[in-house]
Amino acid sequence: MNVFGIPILTFVTFFPVAGMLVVLALPTSSARAIKLAANIFTGLEFAVTLLILTRFDAGSGEMQLVERLPWIKSIGAQYLLGIDGISLLLVLLTSLLTFVATLSSWGAVTGRLKEYYAFMLLLETGMVGVFLALDLLLFYVFWEVVLVPMYFLIGIWGGERRLYAAIKFFLYTLFGSVAMLVGILVLRAGHHSFDWMAMVAAGSVIPAALQGWIFLAFFLGFAIKVPMVPFHTWLPDAHVEAPTAGSVILAGILLKMGSYGFLRFSLPLLPDAARRYAPAVAVLALVAIIYGALVSLMQKDMKKLIAYSSVSHMGFVMLGLAALTPMAAKGAVLQMINHGLSTGALFLVVGVLYERRHTRLISEFGGLSSRMPVFAAVFLIMTMSSIGLPGLNGFIGEFMILMGTFPVSWLWTAIAATGIVLGAGYMLWLYQRVMFGTIVHPANESLKDLTLREFATFMPLLVLVFWIGIFPKPFLDVIDKPVEKIIRIVNPAHFEAPR
Amino acid sequence: MFVLIPLFPLLGAAVNGLIGIRGFSRRAVGATAVGAAGMSFAAAVAAFVGLLRSAEPAIVKTLFTWLPPSLVRTASGSLASLRVDLSFHYDSLAAVMTLVVTGVGLLIHIYSLGYMAHDKSYARYFSYLNLFTFAMLILVLGANLGVMFIGWEGVGLCSYLLIGFWFRKDSASNAGKKAFITNRVGDFGFLLGTGLLVYALGTIDIAGIAAAVEGGALAKGTATAAALLLFLGATGKSAQIPLYTWLPDAMEGPTPVSALIHAATMVTAGVYMVARLHVLFSFSGTALTVVALTGAITAVYAATMAFVQTDIKRVLAYSTISQIGFMFIGLGVGAYAAGIFHLMTHAFFKSLLFLAAGSVIHALSGEQDMRRMGGLRARIPRTYRVFLIGALAISGFPGLSGFFSKDEILASAFASGQYLVWALGLAGAAMTAFYMFRLIFMTFFGEERFTEKAGEPVHESPPVMLVPLQVLAVLAVIGGYIGLPRLLGGRAWFTRFLERTTGAHEAGLAPGTEALLMAASVAAALGAIYAAYVIYVKKRGEPARRFAERCRALYQTVLRKYYVDEFYGKVFVGGVFAAGRIADWIDRRVIDGLVDGTAGVARRVSRLAILFDERAVDGAVNGVGKAHLAASSVLRRLQTGHIYNYALAVMLGVALVITIAVAVF
Repeated sequence: MNVFGIPILTFVTFFPVAGMLVVLALPTSSARAIKLAANIFTGLEFAVTLLILTRFDAGSGEMQLVERLPWIKSIGAQYLLGIDGISLLLVLLTSLLTFVATLSSWGAVTGRLKEYYAFMLLLETGMVGVFLALDLLLFYVFWEVVLVPMYFLIGIWGGERRLYAAIKFFLYTLFGSVAMLVGILVLRAGHHSFDWMAMVAAGSVIPAALQGWIFLAFFLGFAIKVPMVPFHTWLPDAHVEAPTAGSVILAGILLKMGSYGFLRFSLPLLPDAARRYAPAVAVLALVAIIYGALVSLMQKDMKKLIAYSSVSHMGFVMLGLAALTPMAAKGAVLQMINHGLSTGALFLVVGVLYERRHTRLISEFGGLSSRMPVFAAVFLIMTMSSIGLPGLNGFIGEFMILMGTFPVSWLWTAIAATGIVLGAGYMLWLYQRVMFGTIVHPANESLKDLTLREFATFMPLLVLVFWIGIFPKPFLDVIDKPVEKIIRIVNPAHFEAPR
Repeated sequence: MFVLIPLFPLLGAAVNGLIGIRGFSRRAVGATAVGAAGMSFAAAVAAFVGLLRSAEPAIVKTLFTWLPPSLVRTASGSLASLRVDLSFHYDSLAAVMTLVVTGVGLLIHIYSLGYMAHDKSYARYFSYLNLFTFAMLILVLGANLGVMFIGWEGVGLCSYLLIGFWFRKDSASNAGKKAFITNRVGDFGFLLGTGLLVYALGTIDIAGIAAAVEGGALAKGTATAAALLLFLGATGKSAQIPLYTWLPDAMEGPTPVSALIHAATMVTAGVYMVARLHVLFSFSGTALTVVALTGAITAVYAATMAFVQTDIKRVLAYSTISQIGFMFIGLGVGAYAAGIFHLMTHAFFKSLLFLAAGSVIHALSGEQDMRRMGGLRARIPRTYRVFLIGALAISGFPGLSGFFSKDEILASAFASGQYLVWALGLAGAAMTAFYMFRLIFMTFFGEERFTEKAGEPVHESPPVMLVPLQVLAVLAVIGGYIGLPRLLGGRAWFTRFLERTTGAHEAGLAPGTEALLMAASVAAALGAIYAAYVIYVKKRGEPARRFAERCRALYQTVLRKYYVDEFYGKVFVGGVFAAGRIADWIDRRVIDGLVDGTAGVARRVSRLAILFDERAVDGAVNGVGKAHLAASSVLRRLQTGHIYNYALAVMLGVALVITIAVAVF
């Protein structure tokens, strides 16, 4: 399928770069035109990613719409893009959240608009590329492309300690990705190719011991990105300092690059190592669930609280993947989407307050429900989505992860379920301190409720929160086959006929 | 057809919550909400009539697939395909529950028109109330544990929102949060129980679970574990030991909410769930014993706290905990129909008592402390009359609804041979009669201890509040006759109707024994009422005061609710916060300290390297020093705006690294 003669996956990957060029070509003085252009490009990008659905076979577990061109012939690197249900959902999430984040920046960002939107669009190309690339070297390039614009988004448009946070973010992830690069190169040495599909087809050709080392190298890269405890401390700083849109994308999409990489590469390409190390990953995930929730409880800054809640929620995702059962893994993929929606929305919620009061300290608020009823309702729905209220999206993912993990270990399930209790604790306490009670701070007396534009940014997220909660079938159907395919590779015993 | 029952309240909630809140008149808001509740009740009646005429014991209606199938390897090693549909079922148990929820719900909606008439957030209130009704009906009608859990948590959310309805009050928002989180502890059990059933059977369909258990697919130990985990959920929702502490605090909500959610319907969800899964609980046996004992101990324990409370609503709250204990006794001795029978009669008389208490509070312009009441019998006679009927019904006065249901539970407990449970139940019954009449006498008898505020004389409630009370009073009187035991010439219609679902249960008592037991409970109730009369009317509460002084420690312990709240606060809440502080400290000092420390060391090393380079290599800058210079120039250029250069440099650097690395291989 082509768009303007360009194969669609290439189109959705590089269309944002086209937007970036347009934005850069516009005169610096015309702020409105720059904003408009950026919004139009991210909006169109979302529309085009939806167009993929018309040619996508939801019942297939294979890579579709594959595009293959030679790239660096001497080393066998190819320009290789393809999409399956897992990638599809993440690409849709990316294009939606980038659009939402761009829209939310309309009034929030005032300085250096051109550079801001240019970086935003470049970031989108990187993220889409990460989820579509099937050549490991190409994947690595997109992975690094993501790093740069995010570094600047935090470093330039961030808060007071933005430089510290930006450099920390950069060094941490660079450290992880260099390890990953080494892993990719060793993997290439074994397969004589960077082609994911060929590697999957070839099966287990790498000796188990070597797999273990590659797994660890990959894991370092992915675990830092997810982030898993103890590689997580870049996240709270990055979130606190990043502008709202940066946080939305950081939590909504960037973290998923880690869990996606784990699912896409670590599990099927290193199945023996993955089986061996899965329990260790699960234990780290459980630590993240509990630890993230506990630290979250202690935070005084709203963004930091939500950042640590991400550590806890991503722990659920990693647990679901490490359980190596189809149900848990499907729950994990869905939970990536759910976390993107609800946490993205919660960062927008904080952004709404920050724009009005220029503080994110919980103690500065209280009693806002009486002044901002619509905002109160949106915040409540997103809180409930985040803590997994059945009928909303978060529950589906958590439930499938828990049910899929139970046959592997009831203890893991029990510990993870404790995290659900704690999750209700820190989120409801946050909500109470911000929204309930009487207004004590005079500056809050005159707070305005959501504007129409703000409400519009929340709207798609609200729709999806209910949609996935009530009728998740379309979402689960597209990931069913691809996830099962991966789990069959890594954990064939699960599918064997009863003895 | 029966799926229409929850549809109306959902529509009502949506209309009031989305549109009504932005400009409906009060009349329109009220009409929408009450209309929705009324239609729902009508649909429930129609479905009930349909069921009576139908030969089918149960109707199942599947709307669509909720969770599409996933492969699960079960404990037996076989592969099961777990699919969860959004499906509902309707049988005699569901019929009773929907009638109670929609019927009592309708009356409370009407009552609220008057009670909440002056509240600013009228539309929000009714939207929540409709939403609650919807969620409760989903809980009742859900055909699998997944759908049931939607309702289970949905009622929890509505409870949270309505307890904290007056969110400006810290005590209200704290109580809402406490209720939600305590229930989450119960949900932990619910989820794990569900997980265990998935693992053991590969299904969470209630009919499927029952069929599998009856087919011998479940080991006894597994059944016990699953049942007890689910029962932990029930103790949360139904406020039993150990998760009952949220319910007294929940009285912060508006009184009609206390009546509907925290007396008649939501708090009985745990009872309903156990009855719904009766096959599992009966098969386990052990789990059933735990249910009976928990119920019996809670029934007595909560009653002791009702003895000393002075807040009229809190007395009723402890009474609710105690009465739900009775329901669990019924279930726990296998008399599921008796437990549900008491659930229904309790819904009548307890919502009556709460609403009547609301009428008292209304009359006194917000006063809830019984020490500042007294003598109201003459001032608000209509409220007094219905209150008295409710008190007699709950006390088991012969001929009233509570008498029949409680008697059936006690008889079944005795017949099961669990004499301890029976004795605790009998004691609980006597205590119930005592604290209820303590409440009656303190509130309506004796001298007037309140001061009328100027311009707000003590006034009887308007008809819109009194009529629902009178309807409930009638139900509290006659509600028991549908289950009139054979001993008294009845046909136990209710029991037989329910046993279409829960299976037959014969107490198997000789008529003589049954009569003797009945006489014992009547004597206990009447004796307790007389004792309350002597202490609180004849001797004006003097013996109670003397007792409190003489046994000060005991009195204080009970008054402070056995310090359980303090204990939970210190151990669990305090424990979590202590763990949180430790984790936070580790995060900042240990992990981040390590990261920053490494960075600091790297910086120092690079500075040394520069020094070394400058001196030794005469100005040639390379290696780590170069990296340091690059890093510092980033900072400078970020501030001066030459960012593109850097972006380009990073891209080139990445390309370079790749090229070098590739060349190596």
